[in-house]
Amino acid sequence: MKHCEALVIGGSAGSLDALLKMLPGLSAALPFPTILVLHRKPGKDNILTNLLTAKTSLNVKEIEEKETLMPATLYIAPPNYHLLIENDRSFSLDASEKVNFSRPSIDVTFESAAEVFGENLACLLLSGANSDGTLGLKAVKENGGIALVQNPSSAVVNFMPQYALDHVSADAVLDPSQMADYINKMA
Amino acid sequence: MKSSEHNDELIEILLSDVLEVYGYDFTGYSRASLKRRILRLYEMDKFVSFAEYRYKIRTEPGYFKRFLEEITINVTEMFRDPAFYKTLRTEILPRLGTYPFIRIWVAGCSTGEEAYSVAIFLKELNLLHKSLIYATDINSEVVATASQAMIPLNKIKLYTENYIAAGGSDQFVNYYTANYSLGKLRDELKSKIIFSTHNLVTDNSFNEFQLILCRNVLIYFDRALQNKVFELFNSSLEKFGYLALGTKETLDFSSVAKNFERLKGEKIWRKIH
Repeated sequence: MKHCEALVIGGSAGSLDALLKMLPGLSAALPFPTILVLHRKPGKDNILTNLLTAKTSLNVKEIEEKETLMPATLYIAPPNYHLLIENDRSFSLDASEKVNFSRPSIDVTFESAAEVFGENLACLLLSGANSDGTLGLKAVKENGGIALVQNPSSAVVNFMPQYALDHVSADAVLDPSQMADYINKMA
Repeated sequence: MKSSEHNDELIEILLSDVLEVYGYDFTGYSRASLKRRILRLYEMDKFVSFAEYRYKIRTEPGYFKRFLEEITINVTEMFRDPAFYKTLRTEILPRLGTYPFIRIWVAGCSTGEEAYSVAIFLKELNLLHKSLIYATDINSEVVATASQAMIPLNKIKLYTENYIAAGGSDQFVNYYTANYSLGKLRDELKSKIIFSTHNLVTDNSFNEFQLILCRNVLIYFDRALQNKVFELFNSSLEKFGYLALGTKETLDFSSVAKNFERLKGEKIWRKIH
């Protein structure tokens, strides 16, 4: 990777646990955007946004369609939409069919980001109970980006990171306690 | 199909073909989603080269129909976002009830679920008899499906939950009869809906409405095209009429925003000028 232009984090069941451990350690001055794609139930509440805001000094916001990506910001994919990235570095939403029984699907965002950012992308896959994210990480690798996976033994639900490690050669396998440090060094 | 820039170029070629040969203009659509669906269809139908894909789309109208069906998004549900339908039922529709005749446009209706949802609530408010719903979509196939008034039985559980959450006053089961794997919606609902094709990109206003629903359609358009469609809606709404959008869509950045006032808490705007 030449320099990191974007970090995309995907997670499902149990991933909040890892996030809450990792977020406080992230540098407030990350020179790239961090994009969070979590499987969650649709609803109108801002509980997740508020919870994460309390844990990080990054600017936290739920994504609006066509919004342009900014550094030092943690973007949260809204429930019930797939999240894609346009060539002009803006977000697109898509209400099409679920992928891997999920909307947002981690694969969809990883693949879209891989196309746009190529070798300047890092993607991190966290705890979860299905196989979403693995094809996305493959696309990231094929485009020269960095694939990071939570250490399955540290995950509340190890299926998702383990499945990814079985199918993709990850650049690093990280415990939640190591993640912030690794990410800060990509700056 | 390998590199990203190469793919982008091929997508642009296809889109200009489609405009030239069939007159469908996708050039104002956001690219990421369109690209994903075009490449997905390429893989699904196992083409060996882009040239073959292109040739088939250009020369076979039957295949173009499939292309159109696959790249336009036709995912919808009855009472989608129940909180929205609750507001529609408790605030908007009763106000429209004061008019002698109610005209509603469901733009980008896909397979019709939202049009039938509105019809059900109009019926429960005793307004259906004096209402007319125009349900339109760019894609004639989905409009044909919509006019059949059938819902898959595997969706019934979701629709029933949505209906209850949206504040329906009857039982959802009273609105359909189950027939093998499908539920047939009551004819009474359909009798007040006119289904028709309409292209938001190229077609003009065709009536004046008190309510326009266009939910999860504009997210696929770029800002310029969104603006054009908002102008179309502006000219298709009566004064004090309502425009309802999807949960992540907004009128705020459009040139007609000053004519509208937003309802608190929902993606519903009222035309005040």
